[in-house]
Amino acid sequence: MLLISCPWCGDRSEEEFSCGGEAHIVRPVTPQDMDDQAWGDYVFMRRNEKGVHFERWRHGNGCGRWFNVARSTVTHEILAIYQVGDDRPEVPE
Amino acid sequence: MTDAVHRLENGGRIDRTQRLSFHFDGETMHGHPGDTLASALLANGVRLVGRSFKYHRPRGLMAAGGEEPNGLVRLRQGGRAEPNVRATEIILYDGLVAESQNRWPSLNFDLGAVNDRLSPLFPAGFYYKTFMWPASLWPTYEAVIRRMAGLGKAAESADPDRYEKQYAHCDVLVVGAGPAGLAAAHWAGRTGARVILADEGAELGGALLGNGQRIDGRPGMNWAAGIGAELARAENVRLLPRTIVAGYYDHNALTLLERVADHLLQPDQGQPRQRLWQVRAKQVVLATGALERPLVLANNDRPGVMGAGAVQTYINRYGVRPGRRAVLFTNNDSAYPAAMDLAKAGVAVAAVVELRAQAPLRYLPELEQLGIELLVDRAVLSVTGRKSVTGVQIGKLNEAGDGVVAGLERRIDCDLLCLSGGWTPSLHLLSQSGAGLQWDAAQGCFLPGPGRAAASQAVRVAGAANGDFGLQDCLTLGAEAGNAAANDAGHRRRGRGPRKPAADDAAAPLPPRPIWSIPGPGRNGGNNSGSNGGKAFVDFQSDVTAADLRLAAREGYRSIEHVKRYTTTGMGTDQGRTSNINALGIVAQALDVPVPQVGHTTFRPPFSPVTFGALAGGQVGPLLDPVRRTPMHGWHLAAGAVFEPVGQWQRPYYYPKAGEDMAAAVDRESLAARTSVGLMDATTLGKIDIQGPDAAEFLNRIYTNGWKGLAVGGCRYGLMLGEDGMIFDDGVTARLGQGHFHMTTTTGNAGHVLDWLESWLQTEWPELVVYCTSVTEQWAVAALCGPNARRLLAELCPDLDLSPAAFPYMTWQTAALPGVAGGLEARIFRIGFTGELSFEINVPAGHGPTLWQALMAAGEKYAITPFGTEAMHVLRAEVGFIIVGQETDGTTTPEDLGLGRMVSGKKDFLGKRSLSRSDSMRQDRPALVGLLTDDPGLRVPEGAQLIAGTNPAPPQRGQGHVTSSYHSPNLGRTFALAMLEGGHGRHGEAIHIAYDGRAVPATVTAPRFLDPVLEAPERAK
Repeated sequence: MLLISCPWCGDRSEEEFSCGGEAHIVRPVTPQDMDDQAWGDYVFMRRNEKGVHFERWRHGNGCGRWFNVARSTVTHEILAIYQVGDDRPEVPE
Repeated sequence: MTDAVHRLENGGRIDRTQRLSFHFDGETMHGHPGDTLASALLANGVRLVGRSFKYHRPRGLMAAGGEEPNGLVRLRQGGRAEPNVRATEIILYDGLVAESQNRWPSLNFDLGAVNDRLSPLFPAGFYYKTFMWPASLWPTYEAVIRRMAGLGKAAESADPDRYEKQYAHCDVLVVGAGPAGLAAAHWAGRTGARVILADEGAELGGALLGNGQRIDGRPGMNWAAGIGAELARAENVRLLPRTIVAGYYDHNALTLLERVADHLLQPDQGQPRQRLWQVRAKQVVLATGALERPLVLANNDRPGVMGAGAVQTYINRYGVRPGRRAVLFTNNDSAYPAAMDLAKAGVAVAAVVELRAQAPLRYLPELEQLGIELLVDRAVLSVTGRKSVTGVQIGKLNEAGDGVVAGLERRIDCDLLCLSGGWTPSLHLLSQSGAGLQWDAAQGCFLPGPGRAAASQAVRVAGAANGDFGLQDCLTLGAEAGNAAANDAGHRRRGRGPRKPAADDAAAPLPPRPIWSIPGPGRNGGNNSGSNGGKAFVDFQSDVTAADLRLAAREGYRSIEHVKRYTTTGMGTDQGRTSNINALGIVAQALDVPVPQVGHTTFRPPFSPVTFGALAGGQVGPLLDPVRRTPMHGWHLAAGAVFEPVGQWQRPYYYPKAGEDMAAAVDRESLAARTSVGLMDATTLGKIDIQGPDAAEFLNRIYTNGWKGLAVGGCRYGLMLGEDGMIFDDGVTARLGQGHFHMTTTTGNAGHVLDWLESWLQTEWPELVVYCTSVTEQWAVAALCGPNARRLLAELCPDLDLSPAAFPYMTWQTAALPGVAGGLEARIFRIGFTGELSFEINVPAGHGPTLWQALMAAGEKYAITPFGTEAMHVLRAEVGFIIVGQETDGTTTPEDLGLGRMVSGKKDFLGKRSLSRSDSMRQDRPALVGLLTDDPGLRVPEGAQLIAGTNPAPPQRGQGHVTSSYHSPNLGRTFALAMLEGGHGRHGEAIHIAYDGRAVPATVTAPRFLDPVLEAPERAK
């Protein structure tokens, strides 16, 4: 059970949040110009990191806000919490 | 057996002035406050407490604590009965009832014991070897095996007691209240940190309560009581006795099971039986101690074979004499104090058999003084006796410890054999935390090591759990760990710390001689069969012998995880507390590799069984899941409605009149809605208020159709897709103002739709100024439907022009209802889900019942008929309206439903590109069709498969399935909707519907059976 520090509410237990999967996937601006392969990659393909994973979380049973988390999938250590739209932070591997 | 014949005159922590009576297997016995069921049974001379899992061998108590593998009983009766409770953990109370398990017809005479004689038939993995074929007989085998092998029976009726859950935060959680844990909690508490100290025992002190060690010149248990009293007074310390820490999860989240009332006949008024704690600790100190291992030798499971430390505890803590004549067999120092305690308690100690070549010198003078014979460099090779120990056979092992040098040397008569095979630090919780373990060859055990969780779990280990077995180390290092943990949690002590306790015996023990399996007295030195000395048990609870483990190694098992599953070693409710290390040692020896190379099995929560009652807590019965009711619920109830759960909502399913069954009621309701007027509670529909200057642009991106051209006052039906192009939700959305919309969603999907909207607004399109608010529960909605709907509504709002020209289909208006709540303002939408003339009247939720009653009263002259969800389903299916989640299943595109015209070609929207992927364009995709069975009275079940031929027998390639199936009074027959491969081009085709071994002929039709004249089917615009 992770302890997640919501940027707006502070430390809360994982059960108040839901994980939205990999972060930094940008919706293509002109989908109609993409071939099936490229569009399929955008819709379906996700990283499965052993190590640092950048992912989206939402404080659903709280303020309702989305934010980004850098988490180690090995230790479950949370290495950084940052705003949607910010660049990936530098974190130790 | 009414007198406690084995009770000592003095000593122990029991209150001899009070007598408690209890019942074991129907026999009444007596004990004292302070007893456990186990100590009371021993005091009453009960040796035989259970039958073993597989061989039904007679078994007695071996331990005094949570590691007890044999003494599992069914505690209490009726709904309160709990199986597989360890007698050593049951605190005795007056009127306690317990019975032994896994025996028939009785504990003393158990027919299953024939398994022991047939044991050559039951080697490791015998399930897999014996019951392989024929496969059809497996259910028969299983039934027999389940009856013969197993643990206790669950309660037959509902548990009348209450359970609860509690969340807590603390700076330092100390697990274990032995010397190290008490010192840790004491020092942490002095800093002002918020401390929780949890211990499975009823009393604080851990091993000090049983082993007779002394601190600062007085009994250790007195020191523990003094520290306990100080901690109890401290406001920043919470003591949780009778509490097992069962799980250690990420980020220092731990689960604790507090046995609040298990020590009482029944819980006091308002008291829960058990409480499940979920604790988030900034720092954790594990002072979980160590467990004594038995030695593996022939017939080491006979009643009367016990742990040396357990025997000490029974004497010192419970005042019980566990035998009359004892032999101790040890490979380490801890049996010596036990031998002396036995002698002082009046037990004749026949011998101490020391496996090492050198006995610890410091104990020898006292041993000699007590006249106890010491046999150095000798081993107990086997045990005699069946339902009780009658003696032991002694010999000398070779240097490697894998053979006997000169056969049997002598036999010693005794009724008690105390085994001490060294100590296993209890590191289950540490391992669960993610920390690694490392093998310590000198101590012959695993100790805390570096691991993956080092970075994220703030945990320390102190005392015997850390391999510091000496009392002084426990005290000193425990205090240091507690202090450091508090410091790391941000608390520092002002002034000097508590006085440092000093153990009277400060010597650290000498290292043990780890011999994992004592060779038997027979020729081969093995211990496979009865002729060779008898079975040598490793895991007593799962009935696994040394021979089973060696067999697994011979059969090619290399990984300890596989050996565990194949032999079932360590898989009992004790999680192999006494057996894991011995099993590892034996497997390593058999494979001829060092122990660390074999590794250890993964420890998983829970450390100790947690009852389902505690896990459920208060969430049982009506509190299992929240129930949502509409404001009109009371009216539906009074009208005799049958309810249907839709998500968490309770919706009227149908309203049966006297003598009506469901089919008759639904027919009547469906007919009324098309011939006069019906009324449905549509409150549960999801409603989202969407505001902001970019609201129209936002809807344009979310829905498949265009929204910018919708005029204020208009409504439009919309489809939402996921990015994969599959239908996710649908509903009608109305434009309330230039930047203001009222969106409706399906009842079950309302929350998901709001999440979906928010995720796009927050993460992808933050530049859009749009605000979404759930207003589902703010509005009550009454849906009026039928040819008389307009006439009826006109009576309620005389000032509103309801003519089709002034109030056309797919528009909305506000209107005052002069006759309702003194002129209630309502939002009226001319939309519907039945194809019939409909108005959905929205009023603030609190006014719902008033509106409903006004409509019912005014509608009397039209025989207004309230209808439920089933009639609504019939009505919508008659006109081919789909239900998301019934016709669709997450693989359905708009085109599949014949709704391709809903998809805008001009703009982009979520999921649009996926609609032109090659798979989405396939011509043979399942498509929505109608089905009419040749027999108009036959209603096929939903889910039935569509097949080409007339033969329903498998194997068959299904071409689709029935999604909706009803009887329609308006059609005078049954009809169905289905998803059929290439269905759009197959209208008119004959097909068969297969179910229950039948193939029913039917005709494929367009998915629309009625064309009501009053409302044009124009929603698909």
